Amino acid sequence: MDIREISLIGGFGKAGGREPVARLDMRMGDVVSIVGPTGSGKTMLINDIALFADANTPSRRRVLVNGAPPPAIFQEDPSHNPIALITQHTTFLSDLPVREFLRIHAKIRRAARQESVVEETLAFANELTGEPIIERSAMTELSGGQTRALLVADAVVIGNSPIILLDEIENAGIDRLRALELLKRYRKIFIFVTHDLRITLLSDYRVVLLGGAMQAIVARAEEERRVAGRIGLLDGIMVDVRNRLRAGERLAERDLIGELEQVLAAPSAEAVR
Amino acid sequence: MRAVICAGPPTSGKTTVLRHAARKLAERGRRLAYLKIDVQYCDEDELFARELGIPARKVYSGDLCPDHCSVLVLGDALAWAARESAEFLLVETAGLCLRCAPYIEGGLGVIVLEATSGMNLPRKIGAMLTLADLAVVTKIDLVSQAEKEVFRANLLDAADIPVIETDALHGINLEPVVRRIEATPELVEPSRLRGSPPMSVCTICAGKKEIGWEHHYGVVRALDSDLFYRGQ
Ligand SMILES: Nc1nc2c(ncn2[C@@H]2O[C@H](COP(=O)(O)OP(=O)(O)OP(=O)(O)O)[C@@H](O)[C@H]2O)c(=O)[nH]1
Ligand SMILES: Nc1ncnc2c1ncn2[C@@H]1O[C@H](COP(=O)(O)OP(=O)(O)OP(=O)(O)O)[C@@H](O)[C@H]1O
Ligand SMILES: [Mg+2]
Ligand SMILES: [Mg+2]
Ligand SMILES: [Zn+2]
Repeated sequence: MDIREISLIGGFGKAGGREPVARLDMRMGDVVSIVGPTGSGKTMLINDIALFADANTPSRRRVLVNGAPPPAIFQEDPSHNPIALITQHTTFLSDLPVREFLRIHAKIRRAARQESVVEETLAFANELTGEPIIERSAMTELSGGQTRALLVADAVVIGNSPIILLDEIENAGIDRLRALELLKRYRKIFIFVTHDLRITLLSDYRVVLLGGAMQAIVARAEEERRVAGRIGLLDGIMVDVRNRLRAGERLAERDLIGELEQVLAAPSAEAVR
Repeated sequence: MRAVICAGPPTSGKTTVLRHAARKLAERGRRLAYLKIDVQYCDEDELFARELGIPARKVYSGDLCPDHCSVLVLGDALAWAARESAEFLLVETAGLCLRCAPYIEGGLGVIVLEATSGMNLPRKIGAMLTLADLAVVTKIDLVSQAEKEVFRANLLDAADIPVIETDALHGINLEPVVRRIEATPELVEPSRLRGSPPMSVCTICAGKKEIGWEHHYGVVRALDSDLFYRGQ
């Protein structure tokens, strides 16, 4: 099935009232952020999507694929499920060696070029991790960051899932912006649950949650690209400060003010990058 | 009477699955009875009686193999469930022996396995898996999408039966299990075991498939009796 669009029909918030957003349509290629305070129902929302909710979850939301109820096979066989949910788990329970596990998964997914697909998955995962993954080690031996990196790579490359849901990727111990950059090379619907302002600002639109209900869909304005650019420069300063502290250096207030002035003085075009 | 025999290793989620299924069945007006068979301790009967208000009881197998025990007492238990005017008897086994398969002909045999167990588990289980009608995989909330797929592939490799993945703790995707239970036909007398448990040390082990202690010899028991010897 060629997926063009997935929709979430609004249900009810935690207090029982109807959701202000009656319908959320996400089209192929969209990068979406789900934002809102802790406990506002972000995880619930992506779980609803992952389960193809049909008014049978506490929120009573419904999922449509290409405007119609999804075919049963999506739920009956996980390898036909077009949605990959990368949860906040950072452990594998499978005791198989990494390469063997990926090979089996590629076979289940009937991937053409099984061997090269496994290579591509490992390469993708290694671009996200600090320490490269040792292919002979058991999946259970991977670090938290390596695990999430492999989960993301597996979903994108072997699973080739057209819809990818990621819960708080910023807490995964992997380079979140590098991940976003790599992911954007693939044409999919990406849905990020995030507290990270840069991921939010790099998304096409954000869904704002409160009290378990979708409050608004806010498309990124053109000006916000420039805001994002400047925040990127600020982020650079923070990274630099962190590195200097780690290296045992002292900080000078004068240096910081100088760097902040550069952020202000940068031309808008450069700030966007 | 319709019989649902639910087997599966300890802590795989048998009770959790049956509890959600039972609630949904009760909501649709189905009359249920529940029996748990265990070796020396269990409290599921109290849970089902308290939560769902259905007739529920347990039996401890003690020195008997729990699956052999279930063969002996199931005849009485079906009669008990009928007296309680239940339409369905849900039986949860102790699940200690992977080679024993306490499923009966005409009943629904359900094996519950947890996705968190080793990837090779399906290959290690014999009759308990291969003679079942349906495999319910629990705890999918604890594993990744890829692990789910590999577990299912290994399972289907070992047994060609329908597989339903669930997060039983949160009651997710149990609807297909409920549908299968509802579709279970009426039992036809006499009830017989589907397979023969291994190790021929008693008449059940030796291949006699009749349900009910009256059909067996050696050390036996009824639902409401202690162990006694029945000689030929
Ligand atoms: N996260 C999660 N936990 C589950 C799931 N299913 C069961 N559990 C938990 O696993 C534990 C054991 O579940 P039970 O349903 O008691 O298992 P059982 O097979 O009846 O166990 P015995 O009767 O003792 O053999 C409980 O703490 C359940 O809450 C699931 O799908 N997800
Ligand atoms: N529409 C809803 N109806 C009923 N309950 C809801 C609804 N939305 C969320 N909840 C419940 O509210 C609680 C918090 O939701 P959730 O875990 O999704 O929050 P979150 O935004 O992901 O929080 P965090 O940022 O801490 O991860 C959960 O118990 C969830 O089941
Ligand atoms: Mg959350
Ligand atoms: Mg139990
Ligand atoms: Zn025996």
